[in-house]
Amino acid sequence: MSKITLQDLSHSYLQSQNKDEDWAIRNVNIDWQDGGAYALLGPSGCGKTTLLNIISGLINPTKGKILFNNVDITKKNPVERNIAQIFQFPVIYDTMTVFENLAFPLRNRQIPEDEINNKVNEIAEMLELTSTLNNRASGLTADGKQKISLGRGLARSDVNVIMFDEPLTVIDPHLKWILRSKLKELHQKIKRTMIYVTHDQTEALTFADQVVVMHDGQIVQTGTPVELFEKPKHTFVGHFIGSPGMNILSCQINNGSVAINGTRIETSNSKIGISNFSKIELGIRPEFISFDKKGLPVKILNVSNTGKNKIIETESDGGKIKLIIKAGEKVPEGSAFLTFKKDYTYVYGDDWIVEK
Amino acid sequence: MKKFKWLVPTIYIIFLMLPIYWLLNMSFKTTTEIINTYTLWPQEFTLDNYKKIFTDSTWYTGYLNSIYYVVLNTFISVAAALPAAYAFSRYKFLGDKHLFFWLLTNRMAPPAVFALPFFQFYSSVNLFDTHVAVALSHCLFNIPLAVWILEGFMSSVPKELDETAYVDGYSFWKFFFKIFIPTITAGIGITMFFCFMFSWVELLLAKTLTAVAAKPIAATMTRTASTSGYELGLLAAAGSLTIVPGAIVIYFVRNYIAKGFALGRV
Amino acid sequence: MNKTVNQKAWFFVIPVFVLVAFNAIIPLMTVVNYAFQETFGNNQFMWEGTRWFKQILVSERFHAALGRQVLFTLIILVIQIPLGIFIALNMPKEGIGVPICLVLMSMPLLIPWNVVGAMWNIFALPDIGFLGHSLNAMGFDYNFTQQSGDAWFTTILMDVWHWTSLVVLLSYAGLRSIQPAYYQAAEIDGATRWAVFRHIELPKMKKVLTIAILLRFMDSFMIYTEPFVLTGGGPGNATAFLSIDLVKMALGQFDLGPAAAMSLIYFFIVLTVCWVFYNLMMRNESKS
Repeated sequence: MSKITLQDLSHSYLQSQNKDEDWAIRNVNIDWQDGGAYALLGPSGCGKTTLLNIISGLINPTKGKILFNNVDITKKNPVERNIAQIFQFPVIYDTMTVFENLAFPLRNRQIPEDEINNKVNEIAEMLELTSTLNNRASGLTADGKQKISLGRGLARSDVNVIMFDEPLTVIDPHLKWILRSKLKELHQKIKRTMIYVTHDQTEALTFADQVVVMHDGQIVQTGTPVELFEKPKHTFVGHFIGSPGMNILSCQINNGSVAINGTRIETSNSKIGISNFSKIELGIRPEFISFDKKGLPVKILNVSNTGKNKIIETESDGGKIKLIIKAGEKVPEGSAFLTFKKDYTYVYGDDWIVEK
Repeated sequence: MKKFKWLVPTIYIIFLMLPIYWLLNMSFKTTTEIINTYTLWPQEFTLDNYKKIFTDSTWYTGYLNSIYYVVLNTFISVAAALPAAYAFSRYKFLGDKHLFFWLLTNRMAPPAVFALPFFQFYSSVNLFDTHVAVALSHCLFNIPLAVWILEGFMSSVPKELDETAYVDGYSFWKFFFKIFIPTITAGIGITMFFCFMFSWVELLLAKTLTAVAAKPIAATMTRTASTSGYELGLLAAAGSLTIVPGAIVIYFVRNYIAKGFALGRV
Repeated sequence: MNKTVNQKAWFFVIPVFVLVAFNAIIPLMTVVNYAFQETFGNNQFMWEGTRWFKQILVSERFHAALGRQVLFTLIILVIQIPLGIFIALNMPKEGIGVPICLVLMSMPLLIPWNVVGAMWNIFALPDIGFLGHSLNAMGFDYNFTQQSGDAWFTTILMDVWHWTSLVVLLSYAGLRSIQPAYYQAAEIDGATRWAVFRHIELPKMKKVLTIAILLRFMDSFMIYTEPFVLTGGGPGNATAFLSIDLVKMALGQFDLGPAAAMSLIYFFIVLTVCWVFYNLMMRNESKS
């Protein structure tokens, strides 16, 4: 068990790199605290699997270092790093029984047989696999197989980190929920560092204490689910997390205050001189917008009912704005005015939040 | 260990190329050089052997005959196998499993067993010494193979494709030719490759069923070897030329080979 | 896939059925006809019952040919299957090497079988062949036309040359279908190279290897053209495998009755072995 540190990590699958797009991941700096439950969230192709494979040692990074407890292990192979990884598709050894599958990583490390017996039984108990221990592993269902993959990771008591690479992809929807809560429960029981890679925000937000959001090979924000929701540091985080995502509007700066075509908007971070950005935008989540007598004038385009809420699509001078109101509230006809909650309204310069 | 991994295929390929090289080497030598000396490459490089083959009609017609019946067989096999493979991959019908197994057993029949009956049979229907006879007789092993490979490829096409097409108002044949066949082009290519290959390399039946008019190049070679004594250079040149069509076909399907050998069934 | 019952599907199968039946059933009936009768030409037949079968089954000549055939096929399988797998394991997985290997390795498969025999004849001749000349130069007394041991060696080497690529290509296709995650998981689990082969690669290659073993069994058991051109079955009868012996009997001596009976026994052996082997593999499959 240990703290994992990634220092100035960059990786490219190409021989030579000329532009940013040539890098699968670039300039990643992060500390993963011992015993934390992390989610690595991002759309497909953002570099999250690459990052995971670098931590596990399946890929050697082009640049940078990986430290376990401040010891450089960049050059070590996966066995020496002592980690566990669970893949998108369940990886089981077809020819072995469930028991042999779980015992496999232990036997490879020459652990005494009676110790293996105890450990495997304990793990099987935890994952509810006891009744199938003597069956051929290949006969199990997808979720049973994925439990075995997980079990092989848990069997070794000294692993530094357990990593999950979109482990629920092939699992039926109703079982996904069960397995996910099982994982959460396991984390609380064994307190091992876990990194969970996914493109599904619900999975990430329900599993993790800390969510790391990746975009185009970079880490754009690390924070608790609440932080990511309430204060996205990057426009990508804003519209990737939340449903519907954050409204990103074009705006102008006049004498230190923000306006959309003349209508002044109060924001939580606009008190500084904003100048040298090529693009200035304003971000506000649909949850923090309401109808008012005055404010930003908009045209109502479309209303859709989700049962508990209504999602209203409107058109303003700064672009389309979506807002969420309770299902019972009345929606004005034609045109209306909107007000934004100041504390949750942010100004973004070149996609990054403008810090005070 | 990993550094020397390339050595294994390299050594194997050298082993494969040696006899082929020797054949080519012989084909460029004169008869006197072959008989009198042992040389690793031709001392008196000559194209006479090839010239003879391309000018003597008994040689080059053999070549054309082979290509003729091989192409004919490939066409017949694939054309007949396409609907059958579709039936096996999509429908259950009376005796389907037995029929499929029976088809495959024909791949197991030793051609030597069939040589004499084939001769009698094709003579009695007046097809002896025609290209059609050879093309038809090769159907014995090529059709089962074609059905088998195509069935594998077709089974991997989801049935929803068929259903969507019918919902969209396609008739069966329109669907089959306009949609289904284009989706399994790769499979058809592989199947044609295999039919071509097995028909091209087979000789026993081809030789048994022909005398003059449809005699394959390979059979011309055996006759020359036995009648005109030691014309090894000529023999080698003819042999080298029989490698060419295969090499051309392989080149075109190189990207599908690995997949095709798995017969779409891995 | 769920298949629907549709008896009309028979119409799709009819062309195939007719073409194969035309080639298989009618000639097979001819063989059966000969096998149970004695002929003196002129289409006169006498019913012989199972006499030819009894005669073949106890004949030493058949036993010897069958023995040679079984030995040959066993040697071929024992060499080609492991060798093919070994080569496939060491093939490049990406890059320009892949098509080069595939194209060059497929070459022997596309050469007409008698050309293979002729090529090896020229290659192995002690005086002018590279193989024969080199072996003799190294001090071996090698002459495949005179010594039966050398004839066997040459025939086996030729068949390894001719057919190992088929096993390589099949195994390679099987290996390529393995998800990289399996190798990665095994690496993390600390598996040895042998364990990776035993528990990942071999199980995943099972299907293609079944096909490879079946094809290699069938074709080596039915081998005719290549040894016929290479050694003519000689020296003596040393390399007269079943097919060669059969053709000798049927066309050389015109013993049509015994030859036909032998054909049927021969066909029956191939069929039985394939059927048993196939069922064994499939039963294993359904068990797991």
